[in-house]
Amino acid sequence: MKSTDTKSTNKLAMRAKVFFRSPARITLFIAGIFFIISFVELLTGATDISSPGTSGATLRLATPLLMAGIGGLWAERAGVINIGLEGMMIVGTWTAAWFGYLHGPYVGILAAAVFGLASGLFHAILTVKIGIDQAVSGLAINLIAAGAARYLSGIFFPPVGGDRTVSPPVESMPKFSIPFVAPFFKSIDEKEIFLVSNVSGLIYGVTTDLSVMTVALLLLVPLTSWILWRSKFGLRMRFCGENPMAAESLGINVYRTRYIAISISGMFASLGGAYLAIVASSVYREGQTGGRGFIGLATVIFGNWRPSGVFAGSILFGFTDALRLRQSESVMALIMIVGIASLLLAIFYSVSRNWRLGGTYFGMALFALWVNQRVEVIPQEFVTAFPYFATLIVLTLLAQRLTPPAMVGLPFKRGSE
Amino acid sequence: MTKSRVFWAVVAPTAAIFTSLLFTYIILKIRGVDPIEMFRLMISYGFDPRNLVSELNQTVAYYMAGVAAAIGFKMLLFNIGIDGQYRMGAFFGAVVGAAVSLPPILHVLVIILTAMLAGGAWAAIAGYLKVRRGVSEVISNIMLNFIAAALIAFLLSPSIFGILPEGTQVLQTRSIPASGRMPTIKAFDGEIYTFLFLAIFVGVSYWIMLNKTVFGFNLRATGLSFRAARSSGVNAPGMIFVTTVLSGAIAGLVGIGTLLSDTHNYSMAFPSGYAFTGLALALLGRNHPVGIFFAAFLWSFLERTAPVLEFEGVPPEIIIVLQGTIVLSIVVAYELVSRINLRQQQRAVGSVSAEVIDKDSKSVKETK
Amino acid sequence: MNVLEISGVEKKYPGVVANQDVSLQVRQASIHAIIGENGAGKSTLMKILYGLIKPDAGSIRAFGNEVNLKSPQDAIALGIGMVHQHFKLADNATVLENVILGSEPTRFGFLVKYDEAREKLKEISKNYGLEIDPDESLANLGVGERQRVEIAKVLFRGAKILILDEPTAVLVPQEVAELFANLRELVKKGLTILFISHKLDEVLSIADDITIMRRGKTVASRKPSNTSKKELAELMVGGELPKPKVGAAKISSSSILNIKEASYSRLDKREILNKVNLELHGGEILGLAGVEGNGQSELVELIMGLIQPSSGSVEILGMNVASHLTKDIRNAGVAYIPQDRQRDGLLMTAPLWENRILGHQFNSPMAKSIWVNKSAAVEGSKSIVAEFDVRTPGISVLASALSGGNQQKFIVGRELSGDPKIIVAAQPTRGVDVGAQAIIWDHLVQARSKGAGILLVSADLEELFSLSDRIAVIYNGSIVSILNPRETSPEQLGLAMTGASKS
Repeated sequence: MKSTDTKSTNKLAMRAKVFFRSPARITLFIAGIFFIISFVELLTGATDISSPGTSGATLRLATPLLMAGIGGLWAERAGVINIGLEGMMIVGTWTAAWFGYLHGPYVGILAAAVFGLASGLFHAILTVKIGIDQAVSGLAINLIAAGAARYLSGIFFPPVGGDRTVSPPVESMPKFSIPFVAPFFKSIDEKEIFLVSNVSGLIYGVTTDLSVMTVALLLLVPLTSWILWRSKFGLRMRFCGENPMAAESLGINVYRTRYIAISISGMFASLGGAYLAIVASSVYREGQTGGRGFIGLATVIFGNWRPSGVFAGSILFGFTDALRLRQSESVMALIMIVGIASLLLAIFYSVSRNWRLGGTYFGMALFALWVNQRVEVIPQEFVTAFPYFATLIVLTLLAQRLTPPAMVGLPFKRGSE
Repeated sequence: MTKSRVFWAVVAPTAAIFTSLLFTYIILKIRGVDPIEMFRLMISYGFDPRNLVSELNQTVAYYMAGVAAAIGFKMLLFNIGIDGQYRMGAFFGAVVGAAVSLPPILHVLVIILTAMLAGGAWAAIAGYLKVRRGVSEVISNIMLNFIAAALIAFLLSPSIFGILPEGTQVLQTRSIPASGRMPTIKAFDGEIYTFLFLAIFVGVSYWIMLNKTVFGFNLRATGLSFRAARSSGVNAPGMIFVTTVLSGAIAGLVGIGTLLSDTHNYSMAFPSGYAFTGLALALLGRNHPVGIFFAAFLWSFLERTAPVLEFEGVPPEIIIVLQGTIVLSIVVAYELVSRINLRQQQRAVGSVSAEVIDKDSKSVKETK
Repeated sequence: MNVLEISGVEKKYPGVVANQDVSLQVRQASIHAIIGENGAGKSTLMKILYGLIKPDAGSIRAFGNEVNLKSPQDAIALGIGMVHQHFKLADNATVLENVILGSEPTRFGFLVKYDEAREKLKEISKNYGLEIDPDESLANLGVGERQRVEIAKVLFRGAKILILDEPTAVLVPQEVAELFANLRELVKKGLTILFISHKLDEVLSIADDITIMRRGKTVASRKPSNTSKKELAELMVGGELPKPKVGAAKISSSSILNIKEASYSRLDKREILNKVNLELHGGEILGLAGVEGNGQSELVELIMGLIQPSSGSVEILGMNVASHLTKDIRNAGVAYIPQDRQRDGLLMTAPLWENRILGHQFNSPMAKSIWVNKSAAVEGSKSIVAEFDVRTPGISVLASALSGGNQQKFIVGRELSGDPKIIVAAQPTRGVDVGAQAIIWDHLVQARSKGAGILLVSADLEELFSLSDRIAVIYNGSIVSILNPRETSPEQLGLAMTGASKS
């Protein structure tokens, strides 16, 4: 049943892994990328790729994706797929906006967290205790959350200045810039020195105008890593996803562990929604989540079920989203960057006689060139669909090298052998 | 034995619908609305002939989605990709329909076949990934849904397949000429799609295929027991792929009723959400063509009569919550019922550990 | 001093006596082997010792005290650890994580003290020669190493008595030698090992004491120094073998099933079948004897075309299995009575008459071109029910409603209908009462006299000896001998089944 092309893709992925593992090489790689970016920006005049505006926007757009992704991670690591992330995000947007309007943004966030926990627990009871299909439960939650949000909006919002699709505005949270660091990088950026300024501009973008919430939510990512790999609960939770029978045989209460993990999953998704309502905008708006819950699901796969991977995926998808909203030449410039990088990699691998990888990257470079010549503008829709497309490619080509939790999505009954 | 099976088969959906209605009753009461009055209003509005017609037309679309989902369910496959497959089918059906010019019946047939092919091909991607790479069809289909939407949105741009006729704001495909249109039946001030009959035909064929043909037997067998089917000579992985494609082909027909009898073109105005609806209807109707039909009608009825609630100050979206609750209740009910059944069976047979029985057979006496 | 004293232990299930009057003394710092064939009661005894099952009668003394084990936790607390035959490990984790799960040393009850655990594991590994690297990812470990991780698991929890259930079943000879070296290390340090096996060679080389079980009882105790393979084999199998019941066969000269040098390896490179040579002729019953786990299931799957040989060939009714589908093989007239009737032989949640179609859906009479012939299926089911005395309320009930024995009768009836040319029967009378067994045997013999060739894979010696014209013995994936049931002694059979002889 396995086709012969798995061998080459295995090698591809294996090589990529090895290549990326050594710190020196990673630094070199990143430096190389920045060099190319700066070069292309100079060439095309599309200065937006490494501009502070873009990097700031990337961070703002990536954060809700990150929360959805980490939420998905918590659930899947414990063995349960959470398709209801989108619905739980909606819960977050609505509760944060409403309770935020009533009592201020901090209460709004708290409310979102609490309701997120509740919706996660609901999903957990349905799938773990009662044992219904995980996808059905997730989908039902999405539907119910969307319907409930609209219903409640129609009841609560019109009397106080909103309407059935938009909530009354919520006070925003304080923003700040990192002292010393931000102005320093700003000054270098203004000097417009090749490469150095580009990098500085980028750093400036992510150190100014930061919302407190962004920082707080970002900190939850290393916290997640720490809990999963350093704590007793995290170890047991991971085994619930890898081999719940083994965990049970060693005295672990798999059901209870999963309840906790999935509730936390809901909380994260909900916090992502709260971010959308309070920081990314200042209202709840119908359709605000826009499929981000599903992108979150995608980043879990894309990130190979690791928080760092989910982070990288979120940044990548946030970045492409940011570019879409800004200058369109930026997207073309991005293609050129990818093309040049591919070409360089192709040369590198050909020199080391790895013809397969060299050929693959050369093909990519050619494709980028063709797109550059033939296509005027990348259609908006393609950029929107990029996260899904990228995930599908990863699934198709790298399915063998992905390491999902071994028993994720499979039903587990207490006491089964 | 069969009597109790029928009992349990009916008790689950009934209990579920009852629970959901109770839930809605309470919500309405909280709003200070008289639920009985509301229900009465909804029923009279819903069965008003004009509304009946549009409900029937919507039922056609929902029914196709339900049958597509049911085919998947028989193989334990969750076809959540119905959204993308339906769009592919409707879009390419519209484009091809507008591009060719054939005698009337043939023209319609070509459109229908194109739709099935497009839907099936789109589903084949997920099928391939599942069989060859072990990728969950749920995940790949979710991705494919979004990609399909984006792809079609792109293809609808004016430079490719889309046009923007006078007086509209919505990009759409070229109109299908008269030979590619299906007539409607004028009834009660409305027009019923004749595609309804085709839909019924599909439903009946589905049932016949599943229960009377060898292929259907193999399909069901693979869903009931992958290993037993394999041992009996069925190409089980191949079966999975074929079923996925078949489900996608039927999903491709979801929008065809509207396309052939109403809009005669495809545009972004075509609704979404058919995936969950299809799955819900298949669950509600227990994968039975008649059951799915009633479920589809119930769904259309609820959606059509929802605006009535608005007159009393109740946002109609409560219906969406009701629908979600119904699905959840049904699924929970099925699960609990099957557990009760299993426990009953175990008690009847007497649970003896299997490994103990594989002993020297002389001392084994069968107890009943 | 005896670390374990078991006396008079009894465990009964409805209709089956799993353990009766079981007595056993295990000396400290010894390797005590328990041998017996399938169904001797070894597994039940081990489960009782590990607290998974409660005995109906008898007493167990551990370290001099009477104990009452209610759960594995109790056993662990006493220092009894079980190394399961089927490993309970997670690939996507390190050795250390797998070992400490559930017994993690913690700081503040929350943070895991990985460094401390790592040191402890390293020490255990060094002390007992386990050679495992705590930070190695489990996915990189081979079977032998995984077993050592399981051993480390119980040692980490302070086990003083280790129960190993058929530990060499999954190992290659190299790994067996390594395991034995490890076990000797453990014993040197004062631990006690209980070793369940059916492989006499291994047992004689590693054990200090041997207890033989047969039919739920402990029949004898020996030391390797005062016994021989022959004696052990005889004790395992019993004094006398059943007598054949069938008359001489009219065996055709052509072979309808020809297996030549067939080998089969699984994905993890373990060789399950090693150059198997076997021939089946029309009109004969060829029995296949052997303790479970020696490759019988795989051989059967090979013949049915469900798996492909990695080398060698299997030719059935003139077709090469490698280029034909299971469907073709069945259509050519090969009937299959699978070992796991519920998973491989029936659609449990389908009515009985539909199960009549299973396996026969590609041909008449069950199918007419693309259509299923329901009336034929219904008729066929009714006649099977009548002929084989299947106790069922009707043919529309779900298969799951029938008892195991009746399910088996139905399956046999289904497979024997249509006059198959070859019948592959794996454990055909398992879980079936005496009366039904007689009916099934009767029909098998009838098929034989009609010229069918039957491959009878069975763990039931009486069945094998009553019915077979020849008995092939499989051990460690090869056919080690072919016996004449009329002229075989218990020792011969026992020795062959435990790999001690080649003939």
